Amino acid sequence: MGARIKAVHYLNQFFGQIGGEDKADTGPTRRDGAVGPGALFQRILGSEVEIVGTVICGDNYFNERMEQATEAVLSLIEGYGPELVLAGPAFNAGRYGIACGSICEAVERRLGIPAVAGMFPENPAVELYKKSVYLVGTQATTLGMKDAAQKMARLVLKLARGEPVGSPEEEGYIPRGIRKNYFAGETGAARAVEMLLRKIKGEPFITEYPMPIFDRVAPLPPVDRLGEATIALITSGGIVPMGNPDRIESSSASKFGRYDIGGVDRLTPESHETAHGGYDPTYANADPHRVLPLDVVRDLEREGVIGKLYPYYYATVGNGTSVASARTFAHEIAKDLIRDGVQAVIISST
Amino acid sequence: MVLELGRIPVEGIEWGRKTSIEGKVLHIDRDELVERARGNDHRITSIEAELARPGESVRIIPVKDVVEPRVKVEGRGGMFPGLISGVETVGEGRTHVLEGCAVLTVGRVVGFQEGMIDMSGPGARYSYFSKLLNIALVIDVQEGISKHEHEEALRLAGLRAAAYLGEAGRYVEPATVDRFEVNPSFRSGVGRPDLPRVAYVYMLLSQGLLHDTYLYGRDVKTMLPTLIVPTEAMDGAIVSGNCVSACDKNTTYHHQNNPIIRELFKRDGIDLHFVGAIVANANVTLKDKVRSSDYAVKLVELLGADGVIISKEGFGNPDADAMMYCAKLEEKGIATAMITDEFAGADGGSQSLADTTPRADALVSVGNANEIITLPPMDRVIGDVGIIEKMAGGRPGSLSVRGGITAELQVIIGATNELGFELLSSREG
Repeated sequence: MGARIKAVHYLNQFFGQIGGEDKADTGPTRRDGAVGPGALFQRILGSEVEIVGTVICGDNYFNERMEQATEAVLSLIEGYGPELVLAGPAFNAGRYGIACGSICEAVERRLGIPAVAGMFPENPAVELYKKSVYLVGTQATTLGMKDAAQKMARLVLKLARGEPVGSPEEEGYIPRGIRKNYFAGETGAARAVEMLLRKIKGEPFITEYPMPIFDRVAPLPPVDRLGEATIALITSGGIVPMGNPDRIESSSASKFGRYDIGGVDRLTPESHETAHGGYDPTYANADPHRVLPLDVVRDLEREGVIGKLYPYYYATVGNGTSVASARTFAHEIAKDLIRDGVQAVIISST
Repeated sequence: MVLELGRIPVEGIEWGRKTSIEGKVLHIDRDELVERARGNDHRITSIEAELARPGESVRIIPVKDVVEPRVKVEGRGGMFPGLISGVETVGEGRTHVLEGCAVLTVGRVVGFQEGMIDMSGPGARYSYFSKLLNIALVIDVQEGISKHEHEEALRLAGLRAAAYLGEAGRYVEPATVDRFEVNPSFRSGVGRPDLPRVAYVYMLLSQGLLHDTYLYGRDVKTMLPTLIVPTEAMDGAIVSGNCVSACDKNTTYHHQNNPIIRELFKRDGIDLHFVGAIVANANVTLKDKVRSSDYAVKLVELLGADGVIISKEGFGNPDADAMMYCAKLEEKGIATAMITDEFAGADGGSQSLADTTPRADALVSVGNANEIITLPPMDRVIGDVGIIEKMAGGRPGSLSVRGGITAELQVIIGATNELGFELLSSREG
């Protein structure tokens, strides 16, 4: 018989049979072999896998010092030299869920081995960790233990063997909000006609892209004394100094640029151009103000309509750029602007 | 109203002394092809014609348009009306199709948004065009002409070449003949009353700035949505003038072979009644979007449709048009299903669309165009592979020293076609 795959199981103080809430301050500790629900997991995993050790930590201990506790648990896990890690299931226990998520994330990132946790879909840890690790959806209470163990065992084995992982419905994990391409059996056109006919007839159908909830930002009240305000310019229309010094991509930009316009009165076709690949650049290159209205804003500054123009502008390319990237850029740009006392921003898009 | 499409299978292409079809092989007089493609266009300085066959180690880049050679053998009008033939309404009579081959327009980049085709390897799986026998025209134009003239010169050269090759099929007996019959929807007693009435809202990108589509030679930017007989598209009434991202641009080939029209005809009279197609533009301003969507919805209502398929072109800005068409139709109680691709980021973790409506509850996803693909080097390149680093979906470093490519799926022409041409889809995973 070949070598068995070595697994480590993570449990909290309760499932690890140390004690209840009164033992929630227990620090990380280890037990060789399977403990508590580990016996059920071992039975399901069968002879291919051996749970060589169980690492246990109190929920309060973990959540009060997450970084330190994650490190300590990780080093106990690493000590067993495992090839896969299981955590929980934590059901609807929030602190336990966070510990399971944090540990699985650290195991995958740092040890490079598969880790799977289980928890109730409304466990607060789900939002924090569903993107980075596979979380098997469980019932809210221990009534769902057997079902959870079966799904977690099947999924972690697939990962350990390097087999392709199916959809959330097939595998039982909580949708991660991660889109993956695959080849369907029918063309998009055939699928659309079929879906429409089902919809018209009132038969069940599954949309292939459920509408996301948009992050709507409520507009602030108008700027009180514009004549005293510092205004900044930002554009997603790709206006960059000639030659695109930061090499901002024409689509799916991975970065933004911050460019000095202190003392600059006008942009010219020689000084600036667009890096944007989503529209015909002819008119933007002929007069970059069509996208970045520096000329008009300088006039407003002279006329005293605005206090002053911030001496840098920010530019990126909005074409095909993911919302997640755009949000990261905005966070970084906002830090500069807040630090430098900018009160309002004009954002020009294309 | 009946159009017969006679399909002539082409299973081989060769250079020859005379352009003709012998058996299933298309022989092409290379010099005459080049001469006919050029026409009298003095903006064109050179045309190199190259052949690329499925399975060959060939990469074609940057590709602007793909056109299927067809010829009108009976009935009014000519191929690509309003651009290279008269303006008579087409879509009736008989048209012969050289099935299995296509003309590609290639050459110096016009916009950033042009695409590539690999004839073998992993990239070939993403594009139907990799399965075709391709006649690539590498076209160069005079220095100093505007981008708009550059685009037009290439567009028309591609159409002329396809029409020229199509002529070779004029007197060839087709292997199969498909018959498409359109019955006037407004006439009483037409169609089975028990079948759901389905219409098609066919969004055409019309943002200007090299994002244009032509209907009978007219730029659709200034039109109001209008009814077409679906067979008109098969005769080349709709032509792409787009340099929008390669993955989800509707090339002229896609318009000629619109899979939604094909699917609706296939099921017409069986489990649905295809009541008509509305070409609707997708412009840039809010005012235009409101006007066009209002007008198109009115036409759908006039057709008495129970449901509508909405197809898209492009992404970002057109998401707003598509959602507006969808929401307004649903508000009228007309069911919709919409085809869209996704821009969910390279990791697939971002939201996929620039605009949404809760009413869009029946979406078909044709794939995440941001997904990263890695393609091996090819023995032969038609065009200029260096352009990959500037193309939408490519980035500095996309081209390896050995000629391999790492880029977003976006660079492959037609990979996430929003008429639903391909099998690709995307799901949670």
